[in-house]
Amino acid sequence: MVQINNEQTQKTQDSLYRFVLGLADDSVVLSHRLSEWCSNGPYLEEDIALANIALDYIGRARMLYQYAAEVEGKNRSEDDLAYSRTEREFTNLLIHELPIGDFAFTMVRQFFLDVFYNLYLEELVKSKDDTVAAIAQKAIKESRYHLKRSEPWIRQLAEGTDESRKRTLLALDELKQVVGELFDMPDWETDLVDSGIAVDRKSLKPAWDKHVQSFFSASNIDVEACQLQIVGGRNGIHSEHLGHMLSEMQYLQKTYPGMKW
Amino acid sequence: MNQEHLAVYEVFVRSNRGLDHKHVGSLHAESPEHALMYARDCYIRRSEGVSIWVVESTNITASAESDVENFVEPMDDKPYRHATHYVLPDKVNNM
Repeated sequence: MVQINNEQTQKTQDSLYRFVLGLADDSVVLSHRLSEWCSNGPYLEEDIALANIALDYIGRARMLYQYAAEVEGKNRSEDDLAYSRTEREFTNLLIHELPIGDFAFTMVRQFFLDVFYNLYLEELVKSKDDTVAAIAQKAIKESRYHLKRSEPWIRQLAEGTDESRKRTLLALDELKQVVGELFDMPDWETDLVDSGIAVDRKSLKPAWDKHVQSFFSASNIDVEACQLQIVGGRNGIHSEHLGHMLSEMQYLQKTYPGMKW
Repeated sequence: MNQEHLAVYEVFVRSNRGLDHKHVGSLHAESPEHALMYARDCYIRRSEGVSIWVVESTNITASAESDVENFVEPMDDKPYRHATHYVLPDKVNNM
């Protein structure tokens, strides 16, 4: 009897580790992508604003990696998890890793994710895991601001010039292929939903579709309900882009392991 | 990006409750809403303030440097206008 309980506990710990690690990978990868706008923004103010959001996500990633390392219990640090794992070991959802593209692509992705994280974190703050709930509580304040920022941008791009509208539509086309993965549930997350720790992503889809569709319809753009198309991120199957990104992101730690400054 | 269509806004930040908004700088933005967000990201990201005003620079009517002789200097020799004899109680911090 005791044996079974131990196995059960171990399984929950494994699930918790993979769950938290996946969220941390989502955050660090998106953060790195956003940071690529630093010094390349359309103008100085927007440059700083995007870098600021990148910093919000790096803060999130740190809290999540620290907790993942603690749950794993193998004496690894947040830096080990972020800088020493290979591409196949990263379990971020694909939408976070796509290259920044043009400004419209970056903003449409941001808008999609901001709507998602507002819904997701709103549920995650109720997690029965106190640490997860506390991280969500901190993150949701940031995500509320992010959405307030991305909405007027999307409106402006969609209704601006012919060029900005064209680019917005192209971004929508490309992103709809990967956005469905946000609502896909890996087994270990499903296990944790039953114990009240994780959030059922599937249940958020109707609200996400409704928000995105009604927002775009105001600019006369029809967006279909999102569908599961390209998947693989949570299982370490990535686009060709992540490896290149990681080689840059992890360069220093790979060249000088354990380097600090 | 072509910045010609961007307006310039002046940014005023109130660093604490009870204090006044102070001019801290200016920035470019697409609209007043954007200006407020940029001001948040550029000027209070290290918790420098609790409230922000943004005003489009063209809405400010300013005195001219060239008028200083008749506009400012006449005040210089009128010390009786200064309230120098009032002692401010220590408890009044921000005045």
